[in-house]
Amino acid sequence: MHVIETAGLTKRYPSVTALDDLDVSVGEGVTGLVGANGAGKSTLIKILLGLVPATSGTARVLGHDVAHEGATIRGLVGYMPEHDCLPADVSASDLVVHMGQMSGLPYAAARERASDVLRHVGLAEERYRPMGGYSTGMKQRAKLAQALVHDPRLVLLDEPTNGLDPSSRDDMLALVRRIGRDFGISVLVTSHLLGELEQVSDHVVVLDGGRLLRSSATTDFMHATGSLVVEVQGRPDADRELGQALVDAGLVARPLGGTLIEVDVRDETTPDVVRDLTVDLGLGLVRMQERHHRIEDVFREGGAGHVQPA
Amino acid sequence: MSNRPETDLSGRPPSGVIHDLGYRPYTGPRLGEGPVAWSFFVTGLRNAYGLGRSGRSKVLPMTLLGMMLLPALILTGVLVQARDVLELDEHLVAYSTYPLTTQLLISVFVAAQAPTLLSRDLRFQTITLYLARPMRRSVYVVIRVASLTAATFLLIGAPLLLMYVGGLLADLPVGRETGRFLGGLAGAVLLAACLSGLAAVVAALTVRRGLAVAAVIVVLLVSYTVVATVQGISYDADSETVGQVAGMFSPYTLVNGVQVFLFDSPEGTITPPDSTAMGLAYCAAVLVMVLGSLGALMARYRSVQP
Repeated sequence: MHVIETAGLTKRYPSVTALDDLDVSVGEGVTGLVGANGAGKSTLIKILLGLVPATSGTARVLGHDVAHEGATIRGLVGYMPEHDCLPADVSASDLVVHMGQMSGLPYAAARERASDVLRHVGLAEERYRPMGGYSTGMKQRAKLAQALVHDPRLVLLDEPTNGLDPSSRDDMLALVRRIGRDFGISVLVTSHLLGELEQVSDHVVVLDGGRLLRSSATTDFMHATGSLVVEVQGRPDADRELGQALVDAGLVARPLGGTLIEVDVRDETTPDVVRDLTVDLGLGLVRMQERHHRIEDVFREGGAGHVQPA
Repeated sequence: MSNRPETDLSGRPPSGVIHDLGYRPYTGPRLGEGPVAWSFFVTGLRNAYGLGRSGRSKVLPMTLLGMMLLPALILTGVLVQARDVLELDEHLVAYSTYPLTTQLLISVFVAAQAPTLLSRDLRFQTITLYLARPMRRSVYVVIRVASLTAATFLLIGAPLLLMYVGGLLADLPVGRETGRFLGGLAGAVLLAACLSGLAAVVAALTVRRGLAVAAVIVVLLVSYTVVATVQGISYDADSETVGQVAGMFSPYTLVNGVQVFLFDSPEGTITPPDSTAMGLAYCAAVLVMVLGSLGALMARYRSVQP
């Protein structure tokens, strides 16, 4: 069953077209929505929540039409906005309880759920302090907790890793993965950093300038490319020496930046040839591995050059 | 429990372990629009008095409530103790006049708490979290104003209740006092609604708390001062109709006029409405003020982007 389905979805503002004839289906599990700033990610989320009307086209969320059943959808969906949205003089605990009640939970249930989700997102004693004093990481956790408190069937996470340091970012990504895998809640997570979504999502939708660039399973993006990445050491220009030797042996090789060489696989003996040549030159073989595509290659191939790779 | 932690090597269960129960889905009831709106109303009312917020935010509303009660306490004390000496058979200050006398405190309360309920959601963009939930925008607006109205009504009504109870203790006639008290309460409701509506419109126009507070105080105090001045001049110039019309332009004089017209309360201004037509105009002005404020707020919130 499709969690989100859009058909010919278009949103035009007076001066800009945010979404252009978008046909996307999103299934269960974790789906990454990738695109540069201004690619239409946030606009798509607001349309899916029924907060912003589409100019034309249709969208269905969990089987409900966004144009007519916005309130029903908003009851079933959790939303973590990209921007700051936490009142400074309220504690995370109080806010999450209140937001649970606003989603229709009775007070006692809201308190229990709030305490549960705050534990899951990793807010301990600090949940009782006013949120004005929180670090960015703690704020993002509180924002995520309020999106989960009513046990939604789908959460829309808009840039959850924005502004986080590398270790908090990893924590947040692990949490996103857990929500999709262990909690059984479908996730649509946006990011302009491609590497992040590679790690957590089952499926990736790539938007560029309001149009769909590609939508497929994450594994499809990362299939083997039929080439090897080789790294050698020994002498200052060891990579160049080996590269020359490989070309002399009739293989296709090119430098890959740094001390890496990329070698096209001709047949199953190619790795042996690389190994033997390295030994013959008296160099040390540091690594030899199959090269996989990364999601960002889609952008290189697709000509959308303005996305920041992770 | 399958994931209860194992005992450690010493044979004792490890202490200080948080049991991870995993994620538990919610299967209980989900309430509809009405109960959600009610809980939103109650939270707003509590927040207006600083409850459920930081300790510092309780100081101002609680102090103002105390200061509102103090004159009523003293007046009632005098009535109870010195009734026979002073030969009093009614309150020193009428129920309908009390809000007019203490209007500075009421204005400060409304000015300080309207931004708490409205500007705060806009400033911190918490409004997005509400809009992303089932509640409709119009319900959000109406409930916010209702919370502010209820909080203001408590502020105005509490001293009136104190005076009523004191009056009964001082053996004032029960029937007459109850009638006047209920008239006073009705006036308090109208005044709270007018003040809250006006203050909410001003507060919703700015995300800056200080600016909102100052603007509300200026609007309320300046309008009263101008109205009182015009009424004074018109009274001296024997053109009282001008003064009566002017009375509709400040919530305090307007609601006092309605009380004079509807409940025959003692006058708090020098040119109260003296004809039925003028009285009806006063009642209509209250409606216009409350509904107009709500309409302006709806228009304002239609343009709020999530």
